[in-house]
Amino acid sequence: MIDIRGVSKQFTTSRGTHHALSAVDLHVEEGEFLCLCGPSGCGKSTLLNLIAGLERPDAGEVIVDGKIITAPGPDRCVMFQESALFPWLTVAKNVEFALELAKVPKAEWAGRVENHLRMVHLWRFRDAQVHELSGGMRQRVALARALAPHPRVLLMDEPFAALDAQTRDVLHSELVDVWTAHRKTVVFVTHNVREAVRLGDRVIVMGTRPGRVKSVHKIDLARPRDLEGDVAYYVGRIMKELKVEVEKVIREEIDDAIEPAKGAVPPGSAGGMGDGI
Amino acid sequence: MVKPWLLPSPLAVLRSLLEGVRDGYGPLHMGSLTWGLLLSLGRLALGYAISLVGGVILGLGLARSRLLDESVGTIVTGLQALPSICWMPLAILWFGLSEAAVLFVVVAGSLLSITVATEAGVRNVPPLYLRAAKTMGATGWTLYARVLLPAALPGIVTGMKLGWTFAWRSLMAAELIYVAGGVGQLLQVGEDTNDMARVVAVMLLIVVIGLAIEALAFGRLERRIRARWGLDRA
Repeated sequence: MIDIRGVSKQFTTSRGTHHALSAVDLHVEEGEFLCLCGPSGCGKSTLLNLIAGLERPDAGEVIVDGKIITAPGPDRCVMFQESALFPWLTVAKNVEFALELAKVPKAEWAGRVENHLRMVHLWRFRDAQVHELSGGMRQRVALARALAPHPRVLLMDEPFAALDAQTRDVLHSELVDVWTAHRKTVVFVTHNVREAVRLGDRVIVMGTRPGRVKSVHKIDLARPRDLEGDVAYYVGRIMKELKVEVEKVIREEIDDAIEPAKGAVPPGSAGGMGDGI
Repeated sequence: MVKPWLLPSPLAVLRSLLEGVRDGYGPLHMGSLTWGLLLSLGRLALGYAISLVGGVILGLGLARSRLLDESVGTIVTGLQALPSICWMPLAILWFGLSEAAVLFVVVAGSLLSITVATEAGVRNVPPLYLRAAKTMGATGWTLYARVLLPAALPGIVTGMKLGWTFAWRSLMAAELIYVAGGVGQLLQVGEDTNDMARVVAVMLLIVVIGLAIEALAFGRLERRIRARWGLDRA
């Protein structure tokens, strides 16, 4: 379904060249829920942008459905950390706009808008303005907007990171419900290990300097998953691996003279990891 | 007691204004208040419309094209410092003593302020809107007309508001200097006949028209857009 072959990407900044991704190979199965997990700077969002076509690889290729990706397209909808809903359109019009851009026949618009807004339980708010909605409601509309054109792949870039823990919890189970019903291929980027283990069929742990796939964890747990027991076991295992990577990031971010205590998870990018679930 | 030829009394101004309203300033086809108002507002509308279209397009171009920004960007900023009435001698040379010369000064006065505000508005559009639209399949013209422009609208409206006051001021200056009818000429006639009550009455009129357009058109428009975009929540 999605094939990532030998993909490298670097960014040149005033502080030098940053190897966001170095020779990454990855395969995503049709209908798979894949989570990309790692500390900041591991290239997980870059990888998602490459699949979306928002960026082009320096080397290697990204193939979706047998076609090399060169530009963004409505077959690969993206959900961002912020909803990116357009404030000049109502809730329903936002979903409708996505259908129009995807060149869905006009006769289908009304039905699809209703179906998808009902799916995220916001049909009642179809005529509301975007600024009248809470953060969680906005992400629900964004999910409806992303799914309404029936994309082949749903790409999610930390879509729940800005929400409070309770809202996130509810949205996790709603996302799992929707995914179970539609079996859409999902690539989900997060820095939150618990979120990744709770949602994904597989969790890809990415390492940094340079960005690369560090390890792959198959999560063989039935859904819906609660956060006790087996999920906690996987989380513990993945966290241990991530600690090395996170310490590497911290060491570069803070003053060289300061060495993080051995075995301690320092604040900053690691602090939020696994929070709030 | 202030001498009335230095500063007219409020009563005299009011009396002159009433005289004007009853079209006592001159014959209806030339020199009356109605005639002056219609002529000025017509010029304002035409000049402003040209400025609006040109300014929005140029502002959009400056914000989105590096080539355009680096070539004309500085000129735009520089010309903004130039009072538009300075164009009058050249405009008369180019267009003769005609409506076109007045129009040119009005456009020169307001186009660039709309350009600058539009450019700022477009630059302030969250890049996320464009990324989201692109992943949904928006390209080229659709991206500009359906996403970039509406997203920049709050900034553009600020420019529209600014632009019309500049247009109005430029028009008054042009009509004062180059006597070609309109409200500016009503004021000029007051000066020529040493009728300071009339001068102040016309000044008052200019202010009132400004307030009216602001309240009826731009104020309302700006409030509606800001509310819709969710920008007014403190």
